[in-house]
Amino acid sequence: MSGNHSSHDAHHGVEHADHGSTKSYIVGFVLSVVLTLASFGVVMSGKVPHDLMMPGIIVFGVAQLIVQLKYFLHMGLSPSQRGNFAIMLFTLLILAIVVVGSLWVLHNMNVNMMHPTSQMVPVE
Amino acid sequence: MSSPAVSATHGALDDVTHGGHEHHDDGSKTLLGFWIYLMSDCLIFSGLFATFAVLGNSTAGGPTAKELFELPYVLGETMLLLISSVTFGMAMLSMHAGKKGGVVAWLAVTFLFGAGFIGMEVYEFAKLVHEGAGPSTSAFLSSYFTLVGTHGLHVTCGLIWLVVMMDQIRRFGLTDATQRRLSCLSLFWHFLDIVWICVFTFVYLRGAI
Repeated sequence: MSGNHSSHDAHHGVEHADHGSTKSYIVGFVLSVVLTLASFGVVMSGKVPHDLMMPGIIVFGVAQLIVQLKYFLHMGLSPSQRGNFAIMLFTLLILAIVVVGSLWVLHNMNVNMMHPTSQMVPVE
Repeated sequence: MSSPAVSATHGALDDVTHGGHEHHDDGSKTLLGFWIYLMSDCLIFSGLFATFAVLGNSTAGGPTAKELFELPYVLGETMLLLISSVTFGMAMLSMHAGKKGGVVAWLAVTFLFGAGFIGMEVYEFAKLVHEGAGPSTSAFLSSYFTLVGTHGLHVTCGLIWLVVMMDQIRRFGLTDATQRRLSCLSLFWHFLDIVWICVFTFVYLRGAI
């Protein structure tokens, strides 16, 4: 009984510790809007050199991911969040293996097995 | 003939076992469990993103991403979803402050922005199909509709869940159970905004380069 009770209290403590404030949501929102406009600006403005577009949108996209994880999902390194954080890191690892692995393997397959320009044209 | 009696007995048994469970379940693991669900959902999206990344240039002679997508329109969708994320945050703050009316009002605002996002997306899909760029046109469009459509389906589920939560809070108030459910929905909603960042970066912006 007492064990149950203390874990219930701990749960409430966790909730109070990381539910954010109006200020943190506004800060997160403003940063997200700025980063979104920056991402679209990189591609739409026409002022950014073509080579820098892809790195630019990736940098702004990752920055916005971190902003939203911190300000909206209250992800952090505090002891109460460590479990969630570890699960997320593991998920990111699997995600990287799936996405990078697919691109790598299929890129090699396209290069080695077919002429790149005819890769998706049906054989007649 | 005997089935109602049987099911009634089962119902009574269920109640007993269920009651026993509830005694032990203080809900402290619900958010952790929901987070694990969200991460497994993330893996579904990683598969769809990988598919799109591989097939994104396979247009089979059909229209390309550059010809199809209108970035200002996508920017509008993005802003609607972003605003809905913040208004959900305001609902959560009202919940922690114990303001029932505030929670329902902010959830209603969140619903409107979320519905606006889905409305824009459905219009976009209909327009693409009308222009002859439906999912069966090329591998690129198949993977595009699957990826963006799956995200849209998630948001639609979120909208239904929003309506359910508004009704529950009106009926039962801010009990431990409704607060727990709302916390899960909050994670779900913010998670969908995060997936959308990846969608507009890797589908729309990358396609326009």
